[in-house]
Formats: sequence, structure tokens, C-alpha cells
Amino acid sequence: MKTREHVAKLIFMFCALTAVAALFVIIFFIFSRGMPAIFEVGIGGFLSGRVWRPLQGEFGIFTFIFTSLVTTIVAFIVGSRIGLWCAIYLAMFCPRKIYRPLKTMVELLGGIPSVLYGFFGVVVIVPFIRNAFGGPGNSMLAAMIILSIMILPTIINLSEAAIRAVPSFYYEGALALGATKTEAVFDVVVPAAKSGVNASYILGVGRAIGETMAVIMVIGNSPHMPESVLSPARTMTAAIALEMSYATGLHQNMLFAIGVVLFTIVIVLNLILTIRRH
Amino acid sequence: MNKFQLKDVNLWYNDFHALKDINMDIKAKEITAFIGPSGCGKSTLIKSLNRMNDLIDGCKITGDFLLDGENIYGNLDINALRKRVGMVFQKPNPFPMSVFDNVAYAPRVHGIKSKFKLNEIVEKSLRDAAIWDELKDRLKKSAISLSGGQQQRLCIARALAAEPDVLLMDEPTSALDPISTAKIEELVIKLKKKYTIVIVTHNMQQAVRISDTTGFFLLGELIEYNNTEQLFSMPTDKRCEDYITGRFG
Repeated sequence: MKTREHVAKLIFMFCALTAVAALFVIIFFIFSRGMPAIFEVGIGGFLSGRVWRPLQGEFGIFTFIFTSLVTTIVAFIVGSRIGLWCAIYLAMFCPRKIYRPLKTMVELLGGIPSVLYGFFGVVVIVPFIRNAFGGPGNSMLAAMIILSIMILPTIINLSEAAIRAVPSFYYEGALALGATKTEAVFDVVVPAAKSGVNASYILGVGRAIGETMAVIMVIGNSPHMPESVLSPARTMTAAIALEMSYATGLHQNMLFAIGVVLFTIVIVLNLILTIRRH
Repeated sequence: MNKFQLKDVNLWYNDFHALKDINMDIKAKEITAFIGPSGCGKSTLIKSLNRMNDLIDGCKITGDFLLDGENIYGNLDINALRKRVGMVFQKPNPFPMSVFDNVAYAPRVHGIKSKFKLNEIVEKSLRDAAIWDELKDRLKKSAISLSGGQQQRLCIARALAAEPDVLLMDEPTSALDPISTAKIEELVIKLKKKYTIVIVTHNMQQAVRISDTTGFFLLGELIEYNNTEQLFSMPTDKRCEDYITGRFG
């Protein structure tokens, strides 16, 4: 009996270690190829250079960082508003009859593979932008729209859970003072759910900045600095995914270097999340 | 002077008949206590007086609830009603914000924006709740950091800041230690000069100590309703006598 317990414990521990090991192996390979390349090119030129011509040996990724950050921030601003208000509706206002179908659809939205989001972008959003505003349609704006939809399920589900976790006596206490339902929700309940809502925001940002496939399909992928939101552009994730199949030598290592930057940004986000939780 | 007049009040939670033919007058500027075993309907009745039962699905109410002669289930605006009829809950429930913002919540909701006026109301409410001296230097601190007894007195101050006529208290001391309980009881007695107070309590000594009138409830019925002294010294109903002498409950 004792040995069986022991073996079971070992198996569980092995599985846990597998996940941790995977993390470290990934970090190791990204950094072991990326860091030397960054130093070879020079970290200043790498981060601030605006020209990406790998075949000529020019490896400035400022444009990619800029595009990633701007699309993510705009997608976040739009998606977090809609997502939070949707979560508030689901948790506090939604009639019981339509809650189930609504919730199921939100969950379904989260389960759609990103290539299908990209499809939707190519067929609907890109032509719409082309017709409404001119330009090629494949643009930062298209990526912003797609990303703000893609982060909705993350924000809605986690924010809704956070709002539902607020003890009902806050809500009742506000009503008992003569507040209307809307006042009670916005003055007391949502602020009380703040830490959970913020966590949903950070995970949403992580999803937006890391998204690759859907972005590649709609953003146009031009390596030049975009002149406006209607211009095609290229994010860090798109740069890696587009060139990895044919890049060799230093060029390939530079893609790992982009991975280092991306990874650092995501780690910082997660650290903020962890610190806020404790 | 009657503050509330209840006439033929019946209340159902779906099929469960929680209050049966309640008729009672609640006198102004007195303390009225509701006692009875768990599930007797005393909390249900107090929550009907500021319509908090409206939040419960399947709750159906018939009969008249007259507040100063006006039916509270009629045309009266529900938010205005709850401003007039404040409530203190069983578990202290200060909002997760500063002491000041807690007390200023009701005045703000009811449209007072002037910082000067708010300061005035907050100080007055905290003084009325006998907690100003303890909290005057901590107005910006989070209300959550206060002790349970302080939180409950803060909640009383918060209710007073709405300038109500009536204060409903649903077992306000059941989560508190004896010293905090004594402070609250002392406060409640002081408050009846200005407010009509209805208190639900599990603690019969508490009803004896502070209330002027007591109602004894059992299985949704008001069994006996009388001057507190008389009810406890000479109960007329056998079931009430059994309860207050501790034979059940």
C-alpha cells in the first residue's frame, strides 16, 4: 500500500515537472539563440532601428514593436470596455431565461480557432475597411478590430466571475441606501470586483499581443512603418511566423531575438498580474 | 403616532406562505422588537418594510403597508422609500472604500455634490452613531480595516446619512462581541429620540433591554404584540410564554 502511494506521488510529480520543464526548455532555446544575435547586431539598433532588411543584414524591429503595442492597446481599450459591460450585463442584469444561451455563445466565441477569426477578417472586415475608408483594407485597423473581438471571451468570462464573487451584501447595502440598481452596480459592486477585472484585462492583453494567425491574415504584413491605421503593418508575432520557414543563419537567430522581446513583454504582464493578486 | 400600519399582510415565497395575516401598528420614535424562532418570518417582515424582498424571485405580497398613511407598495418611488427607511444588516457590510466615502454614499446618490455639505453630513452622521471620536482621524482609511463593532456602527452612520425617518435593524449585533453589542444597544436607545426603530433580534434579553414594544412571531403569524414589559412579564399566549421562558426556540 505504501509503495502504491509512493508511486502515485512520483507520477503526479513527474507530470508537474514536465510542465515546468517545458517552460524552461522554451525559455532556454529562445534566449540561447536570441540573446547572442541581439548582441551581435547591437541592442540599441535592434530595438530602435526602423529598417528590417534581413537579406541586407539590417535588423531593426522598432516598427514591429510599435505595431504590436499600438494594435494591442487599441484592441484592449475597445475590447475591455465592451467586455466589462457585457460581463456586468451577464452577472447583474441578464434575465435568467436568456443567460444560458448568451453565456454559451460567449464561451463558444472563446473556442473559435484563431484562423477562423482571420477568415472572418478577410471576408468581412478587410473589404469593409477598403470600401469605407479606402486603402488596401489589409491594415492595422483590421487587426485592431479582430483582436478586440478575440479578447472579449477572456475578459467577459473572468470579469463576470469576479463580479459574481462580490458578496451580495455590498449590492443589497447600496440598494438599502436608496441607490438605483445601476448606481449600486457601478459604485459598489464593480469596484469591489476590481482585482479580478484587472486580471481579466491583463490576460486579454496577453492574448492580443501574442495572437499570430488572425493578425497575419488581415494586417497586410508590410515591414515598413505604418503611416496610419489604414496602412498595412507587421507585428512581432507576424514577423516571426512569416519568415521562420525560410530564414537561415543570423536571420533565423534574429527571429528568436524578436521572440525574446515578445517573451519579455508577456512575462512583465504576468508579473504585474501576480503582484496585483497578492 | 403610528409610523407604519400593516393591514392583512400576507407574503409567499413561491408556494411557501411566509407571513400570514399580519396586522400591526408600529409607533413613531419608539423601538419595536421582533422576536421568534428561526424561520418565523420576523426577518421577512422587516425586509418588507423597505421592499428588500423585491430582490427575491417568486416573492408575492398582499395587504397594505402604510408608511405615514401612504402605501409603500403603491406609487411610492422605491429609491425614495429606501432613503426614508434605512436598514442595518446582520453582518456589518461597509463598502470596500474609505470611511468617508461609505458615509457620504447615500447623500451623493441622492444628489448632494458640495464638498462642504458632504463634510457636514459625514461628521453629523458619525457623531450620531457615536463613532466620530474613534474615526475622525481615519476618514480616509478603508472601512474594511475597522473592527466588527466599528464596522457596524459605521453602517449605522451610513444609514443615518441618508436622513431616514425609520431605521430597520436585522439582528444588528448577532455577529458582534458583548462589548460592541452593548455599545450598539446604547446607541440604539439614543437614536429613538429622532428615529423610529424596528429591530429583529434573536436575543430576548436584548429585546427587554432596549425595546418599547415587542412582537412575537411563530410560523409566519404574529402571535403576540404588546408593550415589552407586559409581553415578557405576563404573556397571554401559551406559545409566547413557552418561547420566552426558553422551552423551545
